[in-house]
Amino acid sequence: MNERFKTEGLSVGYGGKALIRDIDIALGRGRIMTLIGPNGSGKSTILKTVSRQIAKLRGAVLLDGSEVFSLGQKELAKRQAVVLTDRVRPELTTVREIVSLGRYPYTNAVGRLTPEDRRIVGEALSRVSAAELAGSDFATLSDGQKQRVILARALAQEPELLILDEPTAFLDIKHKTELLSILRELARERGMSVIMSLHETDLAAKASDLLVCVKGETIAAFGTPDEVLGRQTTIEELYGLEKGAYDPLLGSVELQRPEGEPSVFVIGGAGYGTPVYRRLQRGRIPFATGILFENDVDARTASSLAAETVVCPAFHPMDEAMFARAMELMLSCGRAIDAGAPRGPLNEMNGRLADEARKRGLLINERSGELL
Amino acid sequence: MDNHTVRSGGVGRFALVTGLLFALLLLALAVNLCVGSVRMSPAEVIRLIAKGPDAPTESVILFRIRMPRMLLAAILGGALSVSGFLLQSFFRNPIAGPFVLGISSGAKMVVGMVMIFLAGSVALSPAALIGAAFMGSLIITAVVLLFSQKVRNMGLLLVIGIMVGYICSAVTDIAVTFASEQDIVNLKYWSMGTFSGKGWDSVVTAAAVCLPASLGAWLLSKPMGAYALGEGYAQSMGVSVKPFRLALILLSSLLSACVTALAGPVSFVGVSVPHITRTLLKSSKPALVIPAAFLCGAVFCVICDLIARTVFSPTELSIGTVTSIFGAPTVIRMMIKRRGSEAQ
Repeated sequence: MNERFKTEGLSVGYGGKALIRDIDIALGRGRIMTLIGPNGSGKSTILKTVSRQIAKLRGAVLLDGSEVFSLGQKELAKRQAVVLTDRVRPELTTVREIVSLGRYPYTNAVGRLTPEDRRIVGEALSRVSAAELAGSDFATLSDGQKQRVILARALAQEPELLILDEPTAFLDIKHKTELLSILRELARERGMSVIMSLHETDLAAKASDLLVCVKGETIAAFGTPDEVLGRQTTIEELYGLEKGAYDPLLGSVELQRPEGEPSVFVIGGAGYGTPVYRRLQRGRIPFATGILFENDVDARTASSLAAETVVCPAFHPMDEAMFARAMELMLSCGRAIDAGAPRGPLNEMNGRLADEARKRGLLINERSGELL
Repeated sequence: MDNHTVRSGGVGRFALVTGLLFALLLLALAVNLCVGSVRMSPAEVIRLIAKGPDAPTESVILFRIRMPRMLLAAILGGALSVSGFLLQSFFRNPIAGPFVLGISSGAKMVVGMVMIFLAGSVALSPAALIGAAFMGSLIITAVVLLFSQKVRNMGLLLVIGIMVGYICSAVTDIAVTFASEQDIVNLKYWSMGTFSGKGWDSVVTAAAVCLPASLGAWLLSKPMGAYALGEGYAQSMGVSVKPFRLALILLSSLLSACVTALAGPVSFVGVSVPHITRTLLKSSKPALVIPAAFLCGAVFCVICDLIARTVFSPTELSIGTVTSIFGAPTVIRMMIKRRGSEAQ
């Protein structure tokens, strides 16, 4: 394996006290690796160590086979650039000047920019779609624009490895996805390797080739998003979430499941049930639901929110046993809501459930306030 | 396309601003030569200069009093501005300066002690005074740095700096109480702050210290620009942060020490002049700000000195009085302007 970046038995921490031990992670060319984990788990400490902002305690940090801590400072700056969480507040400084600072390791003693340097600066600005901002005062930009400019500054260093500490903090959803898309393009088109930390586990799974789960004294998990999130409980354990709260496939998290015996039965399916489940959750009303095909989006949210769910295996017809179980649950709840999913040949049984509910006077209009 | 984008603080503006400042400096120097208790017409001044140093009173006033005084004001004004700019780069805060952080008072304290306890036996050369002031500057800088690690808030650090300044002044006052009559006269005069009474030896010493130190500061422009983004970014771009920070502090202390040793305390120039310069240039680029701030500081101090010695002539004001009147409001305005962003 020709890894561009690698750590071997790395221990990181402050003041000689190891926070995380035995870190063995590796990253190839054009790949993105993301550190996830709860606040204070040491993501930043790892990033600060591999970018040589703080001393390593033990082990090795290798960039293309050479130890990062024995490279010259300028040499390292030509191969590795950072985007930090530090708020940058220079006064009376243009965007172009900020990005030009990225040429630092390449320029002469007084920092004179050659035409080649200027070209690279312009290219970096275009790369983050900020060319039109070049002449603006940095202080006047929005948070999203600032972050793009800070990224452009890092790109102007022409690094092989880009290290970003929570680059999406302070950004709204549009700018988050925009930034991550830029990173993906850089990885694909320029073969740049990226190590970053993110708070958004869903975005991390979507944007990364490798995930590193940081928790406790060591790395809890390291692998592709499929490997790491293949286990249903990885994220829940990592962040100490309630069991079933996080859906690793959809990357969505649900609030706490209402406690107690189910008091209403929801006839769901095809995504019609989910908004109802969430309204019930907000009202703290425990509920049961069915009959849902496995991997119907309703089945996934129900697994986080419902007290009990009647599930039918995917691509199998619903059968009488399921119907009987659903009837039993509906009767014990004493009330039913029809979420309004369309009926077809494969979910006739849900139609039958609704008919039974209507016949027995169990059907309520969830929005009319009868629930409370 | 690249060349057509609007550049607010470019090299063109730098040339314009420094050109104007230079013209203003020449004008201020010329006025300085003519105006004073003995008035001379420009024609007379030119005639006297053409003749060279001579015996008549006018010539003596011109060559022995006015010329060294104004040149000293120009050099020390420039030095003080650069010193302030270096401290501002160090703290990444435009309100830092040698006077407001108490560093000038520390220099004053040590110089005062040396004057009182040694002056009787040894004649003090300008260089020895600078050495003493440099010591004092470094001691107080070290104290302020110690505090700066505890308090992240710049406003609080300024208050601490001012308090440290008061302590130094108090210590100086105690020492003065035990000084001999003759020393007190010298000390009083000096401790008020003035460019007067200095000969060419002081000018030469000031130039020999301040010009190389300012050049040294300019040579740090590149890392200073990177450091403006913060320590982490600077380090990641290849700045050796520790030696760089040490160089900033040493140069800044040396420059402000030189001013304090030769002219006594001169307040607020270090904060207000770099601010005025940045505003004029519409840029914070150290490579441009440092030379322009030196020029601007020279103009500022030459004009302030002119005011100090002419407004209530024959009585002279201390230079600090005049620089405070013009400088302190700038600092207040900056603090109010920055209040929002300072809170973090």
